Amino acid sequence: MRNTFKSFIVALSIVLIPGISVNAEEQIKIVGSSTVFPFSTAVAEEFGRKTKYKTPIVESTGSGGGMKLFCAGNGEQHPDITNASRRIKSKEFKNCSKAGIKIVEIKVGYDGIVLANSKKADVVELTTRDIYLALAEKVPANADGSELQENPYETWNDVNPSLPNVKIEVLGPPPTSGTRDAFVELAMDAGAKTFPALKELRGSSKAGKKEFKKIARTIREDGAFIEAGENDNLIIQKLDQNPDAIGIFGFSFLDQNADKVQGSVVNGAEPTFDNILVGEYPISRSLFFYVKKNHIRMKPSINDFVKEFTSKSAMGPDGYLVEKGLIPLPSDEYKKYKKAGKNLIELEL
Amino acid sequence: MNKNFSKRHKAESRFKAYGFFSLIAAATMLAIIIGSMIYRSIPAYTNYTIDLEINMTEISLEDGIDDINYRGILRSSLFSFFPEVQSRSDKRKLFKLISSSATYTLRDFVRENPSYIGKKFYFNVLFTDDSDLFYKGYVDISLPEDERRLDNKEITWLNQLDGTGRVKNKISRNLFLNGDSREPEVAGFWGATIGSLITITVTLLLSFPIGVLTAIYLENFAVKNRITDFIEVNINNLAAVPSIIFGLLGLAVFINFFGMPRSVPLVGGLVLSLMTLPTIIIATRSSLQSVPPSIREAALAMGASEMQVVFQHLLPSAMPGIFTGTIIGLARAFGESAPLLLIGMVAFIVDIPATFTDPATALPVQIYIWADSPERAFVAKTSAATLILISLLILINLAAVLLRKRYEVKW
Repeated sequence: MRNTFKSFIVALSIVLIPGISVNAEEQIKIVGSSTVFPFSTAVAEEFGRKTKYKTPIVESTGSGGGMKLFCAGNGEQHPDITNASRRIKSKEFKNCSKAGIKIVEIKVGYDGIVLANSKKADVVELTTRDIYLALAEKVPANADGSELQENPYETWNDVNPSLPNVKIEVLGPPPTSGTRDAFVELAMDAGAKTFPALKELRGSSKAGKKEFKKIARTIREDGAFIEAGENDNLIIQKLDQNPDAIGIFGFSFLDQNADKVQGSVVNGAEPTFDNILVGEYPISRSLFFYVKKNHIRMKPSINDFVKEFTSKSAMGPDGYLVEKGLIPLPSDEYKKYKKAGKNLIELEL
Repeated sequence: MNKNFSKRHKAESRFKAYGFFSLIAAATMLAIIIGSMIYRSIPAYTNYTIDLEINMTEISLEDGIDDINYRGILRSSLFSFFPEVQSRSDKRKLFKLISSSATYTLRDFVRENPSYIGKKFYFNVLFTDDSDLFYKGYVDISLPEDERRLDNKEITWLNQLDGTGRVKNKISRNLFLNGDSREPEVAGFWGATIGSLITITVTLLLSFPIGVLTAIYLENFAVKNRITDFIEVNINNLAAVPSIIFGLLGLAVFINFFGMPRSVPLVGGLVLSLMTLPTIIIATRSSLQSVPPSIREAALAMGASEMQVVFQHLLPSAMPGIFTGTIIGLARAFGESAPLLLIGMVAFIVDIPATFTDPATALPVQIYIWADSPERAFVAKTSAATLILISLLILINLAAVLLRKRYEVKW
C-alpha cells in the first residue's frame, strides 16, 4: 500500500511538472461569437491544412464574453482574435485601449436572422410592426402608442387581421444569445418605431431612449415566446413537429434545412441570400472579427490567418464561407476590409 | 382476520406490480433513447467515396512535393467523367461534390509515398456530406429544386458517377481516428476522446490520493472539534455545488491567478478533481466507517501503530467502497461539460492532443459542438459520439462493479 502511494506521488509530479513549465507553442487563439464560430473554424481548419502552422483554437464564448477575454490584456494567456456578431461597443473599446491593446477591425460579412415555420403550413407574411406587437411584453393600447398595455394578443389574427387565426407561438433564443440581441434590436425596435409616440420618446432624450429600448426590447413572458435554448437545430426539429409555431434562428440554418422549414416574409422581403446581400431583408446584422495588433510580433502567423480569412476563396462571393451560409460583403466593403487586414489599419472610435 | 389477510396479500401483490411496471417503464425509456440514438447514428459510420484516377505522369520530384497542383489533378480526373461540362460555374459545382479535404489527403499521401510521382494510380476520395447523404437516400428528390441541398444537375452527375462503378460506401475511418472538422465527412471524435481520457487521468491522479488521505485523516487522526466539524459540513456541501461553479473557480484561480493556459486538459483535470474530491472523501469515510471496530481494536492490541492499522487493515478492507466512490465521481466528471466551458475547453480543436498541456476538448463538449452545427450530416455524428460516450461510461461503471466484486470482504 505504501508503494502505491509512493507511485502516486511520483505520478502526481509527472503531471504537475509540465504544468508549471508551461511553454505552449505559438498557436493562434480565437474566442467570441457563436454565430461567427462556424466561419472562423472553417478558416482555421483551411489555414491549418494549407500552411505549416498549427490549426488555431477557436472557442465559442459569445460576442460579449469574447470581448471581455480579448480586452483583458496582451500576452500569451490572452486570445489573439475575437469574433463578434455585432460591432465593438465604445465601452469595450475603451477597456481595450486601457489595457494597451491595439485593434484591427475586419468585417466578415452579413448574417440574416430569419423567422421560419414548417413547410406543412403556409408562408407567413409579417411586418416588423407585427413582430413587435406579437412578442413585446407591453404594447400600445391606442393607435399612436402614447398609452401602453400588457400584451393582450393571443393569435396572429389579433395582431393583424390579414394574418391567420393561429395561436402566437414563437421559439427563439435566450437573452444570453447574440442572435436574440440582434433580433430585438433589428426587428422589435423597427416595429416599435412605427408608433409615432414611441418614436418620439426614442428621440426625446437619453432617458427617453432608454425607456424606448425597455418597451421595444422586452419580450413577453406569458408563454407566447418560448426560449428554446441556443441550439438552432432543436428549434428546427420542434417546428417540424408543430406547424403552428414560428422559430427564430440564423440564416445558415434555414439554408441547410430548406426541405423542412420556410422563411417568413418580413416587410415584403423573403429571407433569401440575395435579399440579405442587397439589404432588402430588414433583419440582418454584420459579423466581425477583431485582431490584436500587439500580438503580431509574437505570432507572425496571425498575419497569414487574416490573409486567409480575407482571401477571395474564403470571404469572396464564391468562397467557402458562402458555402457555409455567410452572406458576403459587397465588393467595395470587401476591398476596404481586405486592405485593413493587409495593412493592419488600427481601429479608432 | 381472514379478510384482513387477503387484503394485505392484495396490497402486497399490487405493490409488486407497481415496482415491476416502473422497472418496465424505465427500461422502455432507456431502450427508446438508445434505440433512436443507434438509428440516427447509422449514416455516420460510413461515407461514400470514389476512386479517382490520378495522373502524375507529367510530374517529377523536382517540382517540389508541396508545389504540385493537387487540386488541378483531382479536378481534371473528375471532369474526365463529364466531357460535356464546360462552363466555369458548372465545373466549380461539380468539383464541390467531392470533399474539400481531398486536395490535402492526396497531398499527404504523395508526401508519404513520393514513389507515386510520375505514375498513374487510383486514389480513394471522399464525397462531401451533401453528396453522401444523397447516396444514402436522405435527399428527397421529389421536393422542388430550391428546397434541396443538391439541385437537379448535381443529382444527375451523382447518378452518372454511381453508374461508373467507382463509387463505394466505406467505413468512415475519419469518424474514429480524426479530431474535429468543419466538414462532417472529415470530423471525428478521436481527438475529443483522447482529450477526455487525459483530463480524467489528471483528475484521477489528483483527486484519488488527496481524497483518500483527507478521508483517512478526518476519520482516524483529526481531533473532533469545531474546526473539523466545520470542514466536514463544507465537504458535504461541496458535493452538492453545481459544476459550473467549479469552472468559475478554475478560471479565477488556475488561469487568471496562476497564468495557466486556456483550453488545456491539465486545467480541465484540476477543475474536475475539485468537483470529484468531495465525492471521494465522503465515499472513503463511509467505507472506513463500515470496517468493524473489532479489526482496528485487534490490530492495536497486537501492537500495531495507528499508521499500520490504517494502511494494513482499514484501507485494504475499505478499498471496494473507495473504488466505487472514486469511479462514480470520475464517471460524473467524464460526462461534464459546463465547467469546461469557462476554462476554454469548449473549442474547435483539430489536432489530437498528446500531452497534458496540448489544447484539447472533451467528448461531451464535442457532442455539444456538433449538435449546434448547421450541417445536416452532423446530426448523425452527434448520435454516434453520444453512443461512444455512453459506452465509455458503461465501461467505467462496469469496472466499478468488477473491482468491488473482486475486493469485497464479507464480515
